[in-house]
Amino acid sequence: MSLKSKLESGKFAITCEVGPLKGTDITEVEENATLLRDKVDAANITDQQSSVMRLGSLITAYIVLQKGLEPIYQCVCRDRNRIALQSDLLSAWVLGIKNVLSITGDLPQLGDHPEAKPVYDLDSVTLLRAIKGLNDGHDMNGNELRGKPDFYAGAVVKVDSDTDASMELQIAKLEKKVAAGAKFIQTQAVYSADSFARFMKRIEKLNVPVLAGVIPLKSAGMAKYMNRSVSGVMVPDDLIQKMTDAEDKKATGIKLCADLIKQLKPLCQGVHIMAIGWEKNVPQIIQEAGL
Amino acid sequence: MILSEQKPLEDILGYLEGEKTVFILGCNGCAQSSGSGGPVQVEEMKKKLEEAGFTVTGTKVIDFLCEKALVKSGLRGKIDQVAAADSILVMTCGIGVQAVAASVNKVCHPACNTINLGGSRGEWQGSERCNECGQCLLDYTGGICPLTACTKSLVSGACGGASEGKCEISPDHDCGWELIYNRLKAKNQLDKLSALIDALDHNKLMARPEMLDTSRYALEQSDQEVG
Ligand code: SF4
Ligand code: SF4
Repeated sequence: MSLKSKLESGKFAITCEVGPLKGTDITEVEENATLLRDKVDAANITDQQSSVMRLGSLITAYIVLQKGLEPIYQCVCRDRNRIALQSDLLSAWVLGIKNVLSITGDLPQLGDHPEAKPVYDLDSVTLLRAIKGLNDGHDMNGNELRGKPDFYAGAVVKVDSDTDASMELQIAKLEKKVAAGAKFIQTQAVYSADSFARFMKRIEKLNVPVLAGVIPLKSAGMAKYMNRSVSGVMVPDDLIQKMTDAEDKKATGIKLCADLIKQLKPLCQGVHIMAIGWEKNVPQIIQEAGL
Repeated sequence: MILSEQKPLEDILGYLEGEKTVFILGCNGCAQSSGSGGPVQVEEMKKKLEEAGFTVTGTKVIDFLCEKALVKSGLRGKIDQVAAADSILVMTCGIGVQAVAASVNKVCHPACNTINLGGSRGEWQGSERCNECGQCLLDYTGGICPLTACTKSLVSGACGGASEGKCEISPDHDCGWELIYNRLKAKNQLDKLSALIDALDHNKLMARPEMLDTSRYALEQSDQEVG
């Protein structure tokens, strides 16, 4: 069952991430795709994540698809203008890619080519509008397409914000994303079911399927690092303490993640597991979460 | 106002490598107020270059090096000194360097880096900046420019990168969209946040061809060189 049918029929969906690596070796991508294809509904193929240059998300999405795993092609606005973005989207459809996730993208200064020219010709909202246009059979300037795609488009949102302004801006922008054609939402990593519940209450009227983002902790250090450096990630102290006290960090990280998924499940329509190098543990997380 | 700052001396010495004599040009306009190429900096540079073994054939500070007519008339009494030099070191913004290079038949070295002020022009004094985008969005944004206040020039609202009100580019830089939010809130205009704004028309962000063809430009296009 495709991600779209799953979410549209109201079933709980599971997505994860497959990140292209730097270089031409695709062994790990193929291994992960094979390992995950029967365990998840779809996998996000990250696009130059954190502004670090790697193998492209379009070709990696195609490779993953060939291996039998449904890709969600992530499309970042930082590196390509509207001509290239629209063209790559048409290419993706021709390659059989049906899901796309619209993202503005981190600044180049955060990655490994800080000297790069930032593009941002479009942003996450204007890109969604462009995708909707392509689905309707025309480009951004209304020129007719010969053969059109039918993308299932998604967007992201940050659940936890550290200022009221940031929180309200996230919600206002999420509303725009839905108005611009986003059919599903994946969230930044969540660590508190309570704050996630409050967030879901806020966006209730939007009536769009939400997949709660989770990142399994590998260590207390990782949690502290994310709290310091990743906007919108707030790992509570008690979880950090549990990781500090844990003898078997891996087993504990997996268990905490599975427990969180159990708490989030009744609140949303799916879970998005971002394993960040721990892809091989995703099946165990899913199993322990009872999905 | 255009802001410039002096390049490191080793860069300047690198440009001058293989030369023995140099003429130094400063600017009494923005470079003087930037502290990068006024009379004081020209004298300092003269000393540094002489210490480094160069012969400085002469110096001149001209009111606005960005104006070719002023460059040409300002150098009139200095033609011999310019002619005696291997090159001219021009201590001003990139526009001034280009104007001098177009007016004088000499190698011209830049002594400064021009700092992007985000589109300010004229007698601007405050903190507001405009990129001259030709499609002003201030109505939607509480009078704070999203092109210059937001590091990514986002028109649809904030990205997810801000931390504690600061932009992901630096903890010292306010998130422009949080400023916009707070302003809209103060003015009771939060409904403006839901406007779907079109992607920017970059054609309008560029100078129009007719703007490059005014009579003022035509005057500037005189081929006559001095020196
Ligand atoms: S929106 Fe455009 S015209 Fe208005 S202040 Fe900003 S750059 Fe200038
Ligand atoms: S953090 Fe704020 S100012 Fe910086 S790019 Fe994002 S929205 Fe713009």
